[in-house]
Amino acid sequence: MTIGVGFLLVLALGLLAGWLGYRRGLGFVATHSTEVGAVHSRPGYHAAYVAVLALLPALLLLTIGAVMGPGLVSREVLASVPAGAVGPSDLEQAAFLSEVRGLVSGSYAAAFNPQAESAAAVWKAASLRYGLIFGLGALALGGVGAFWGWTRLRPDFRARTRVEKLTMGLLVLASLVAILTTFGIVASLVFESFRFFQMVSPAEFLFGTKWSPQTAMRADQVGSSGAFGAVPLFWGTVFIGAIIAMVVAIPLGLMTAIYLTQYAAPGFRRWAKPMLEVLAGVPTVVYGFFAALVVAPAVRNFAVSIGISDASSESALAAGLVMGVMIIPFVSSMADDALTAVPRAMRDGSLAMGATPSETIRKVLIPAALPGIVGGVLLAVSRAIGETMIVVMAAGLAANLTANPFNSVTTVTAQIVALLTGDQEFDSAKTLSAFALGLVLFLVTLALNIYALAVVKKYREAYD
Amino acid sequence: MTDRLSTLDAVTPTVWSSPQMQARIRRRYRQERLFKYTGIAALALAAGFLLFLMTSVISDGWTSFKQTEISVPVVFDPVRLGVTAEQAKADPTLLRRANFPGVLADSVAKAHGDEVEIVSDGGWLALREAVEADPALIGKTVPMWVIATSNIDQLAKGRIDLDADEGDRPVNDAEVAAWKRLEAKGDIRTVLNTTFLTSADSVDPELAGIWGALKGSFLTAIITLLISFPVGVLAAIYLEEFAPKNRWTDLIEVSINNLAAVPSIIFGLLGLAVFLNTMNMPRSAPVVGGLTLALMTLPVIVIASRAAIKAVPPSIRDAALGIGASPVQVVTHHVLPLALPGMLTGTILGMARALGETAPLLMIGMRAFLTSVPQGFTQPATALPVQIFIWSDNVSRGFVEKTSGAIIVLLLFLLMINSLAIYLRNRFEVRW
Repeated sequence: MTIGVGFLLVLALGLLAGWLGYRRGLGFVATHSTEVGAVHSRPGYHAAYVAVLALLPALLLLTIGAVMGPGLVSREVLASVPAGAVGPSDLEQAAFLSEVRGLVSGSYAAAFNPQAESAAAVWKAASLRYGLIFGLGALALGGVGAFWGWTRLRPDFRARTRVEKLTMGLLVLASLVAILTTFGIVASLVFESFRFFQMVSPAEFLFGTKWSPQTAMRADQVGSSGAFGAVPLFWGTVFIGAIIAMVVAIPLGLMTAIYLTQYAAPGFRRWAKPMLEVLAGVPTVVYGFFAALVVAPAVRNFAVSIGISDASSESALAAGLVMGVMIIPFVSSMADDALTAVPRAMRDGSLAMGATPSETIRKVLIPAALPGIVGGVLLAVSRAIGETMIVVMAAGLAANLTANPFNSVTTVTAQIVALLTGDQEFDSAKTLSAFALGLVLFLVTLALNIYALAVVKKYREAYD
Repeated sequence: MTDRLSTLDAVTPTVWSSPQMQARIRRRYRQERLFKYTGIAALALAAGFLLFLMTSVISDGWTSFKQTEISVPVVFDPVRLGVTAEQAKADPTLLRRANFPGVLADSVAKAHGDEVEIVSDGGWLALREAVEADPALIGKTVPMWVIATSNIDQLAKGRIDLDADEGDRPVNDAEVAAWKRLEAKGDIRTVLNTTFLTSADSVDPELAGIWGALKGSFLTAIITLLISFPVGVLAAIYLEEFAPKNRWTDLIEVSINNLAAVPSIIFGLLGLAVFLNTMNMPRSAPVVGGLTLALMTLPVIVIASRAAIKAVPPSIRDAALGIGASPVQVVTHHVLPLALPGMLTGTILGMARALGETAPLLMIGMRAFLTSVPQGFTQPATALPVQIFIWSDNVSRGFVEKTSGAIIVLLLFLLMINSLAIYLRNRFEVRW
């Protein structure tokens, strides 16, 4: 709360500093109005220079305060409680602190722990004190910065150059966020996977065929070992995402692309393309709901009617079908790009020889566009195996190693969700295995993407 | 092959009127038509699926915007309530502890019998609101409309197949009889479902609403937009206008292109490992969800913004540089304003994707069961797609209806956002 007020005050200080800088700059212009080039920068740059000097250090301090403040307050509160009143474990301390927070915010009328009442007072005092320290510190720092900047302003002071240097720094920082994100993903996945592989051998994980991650909470429980052979998961992912979904998406996506690029009148195209975009824009959770509620029962009834009595209500086929439909627009737009990149002369040549349009498409365009189409399909596969909600809602969690599409299989993504939702301890092999699965998924999709993009790029260059 | 060619030679293949030639041409044209129809069929199949999905969601969900109420003459008995009108006037907080559920149960039993439950567990809240507004009601008998249970609600909406056996349908015969009695007396009506639009989740379908989830989605989207838009635009400007060609910028480009294709659930794992476990940020909070989705949306915005910047013709930059503008001034005065519509369109499309995203939010715990509307960025919240996911687990008829209703709201929002993007694109985009 106090940090928020401090933030507003610092912003006001920045505005004031900017205004002072602007006035100063205007003054330079007025006094040197007859000499060309005597004033280096326009008043706006003087303003920006002073404002930045006021804001940058102050905001930095406030951010530090906002990040560290709660930790400092919690430590003080825990120190104020008589020893032994709160258990030593992190869980008990966290529970106590959340109780105190509830008392302070007024959402709890009374506390369960007798110490909480007095701790709440300590909390209030400490958070006010730290808020004041950081808030006033930031204001003072901002004031010093603004004053120093203001005294440096001269008619020949190169304010614009300095402001532009800062801007460049900001631009570089922003583009580093992408690298940081990639690094963060790799680091967190590798780190947690490493911890997992200390408990389970990588060979068992990658080649084992039994998946049952239920580890016991107590040592004396039965079946406490858990099995982490991920092959059934990999198979389920490939079966749903790369086989069933692609059987649906490749013909349909390719044919829609062919029809739209080669046959459809421009007016029809204008209507049909947004329709495909709508199909692509429907959130996956909606597809998942539809798959679970409508498609899965229909598939099951169909299976029973053709004599498969053990058909599961959560079948690979239902999830795969719906995922295939979801991927159609993606395959279609990739094929569209590939087909339109084929030089017009090839198509015209074939037509001029007397081939019908369909013969031209099948014998000239598709072979010529094949690398592009294959690249697009690979990208579609990478998207399908990373898709989560449809399989979570429609494919089930039974890790079966089966090629029967009416049976239930599970996928890597569905297992990640199942392993990490719910309350577990973060050190168990069960939760850590989710990160190992995530690492495999990340590496596979990455490899697919890099390879597919290389194929598509090479193909484009061939016709450029 | 060769013998076929030789027989063709025998009848001179270039004679177009020969029956063989005519047959071949017919076959080829038939194949042509067939191919074309396959294309139309593929398109029709995709359109048909979309239509099927939409109609099934809308027909299941549109009734969730309606609510069934039952007329009950409520006897505000001060003894049963535990509060008299004078006490309530002097100290309104007493009403918080007054026995409204008991009063409602008595009144319902008196008017409609008590063999089956027809009034929702939360129906008494309307009574309390009425008395809080006017304490003088205590001691009087007031006719009021009270929310019905989900089963009566589904019966009134015609969602239950009455011809099915009692064991096969979710409502029993006693409830059907009670509903028919209410219909006959005219003590039942269907009104706009304000509960669905204004409240948060609940265990009872008739009391569950989407406002909590919707507000959670808004809070998350605000954080996502505030982070991903400036960072994305700045990164795009740097890469497109200033970056030198070296290994570092190549690395940045590669990582942006790859991040755009990383499965969304991986971002959820990142959020869980970094924001929750390393930085100890609050679980289930919109601020963490917004950060995670911002990282996911960032590459989309960067790629769209770069395309928009690339579309600005170099002659404009050259002209500005020629009259003495610094490179930064060229960007801020000319390139940025010209590229902004394209950047905004890309950002809006990226936000639409983020708004419909579920998996990363599940990873950071935004799937909690929350009966109160979130009040801030650090309080536990859920988001609309996650709410859909939570409800979809529930098999009761009332929740299937509510899930579809929530999907309708989500799709409406996405439609509005995308229309805005299309409008912006058509209105402001300049073709050079």
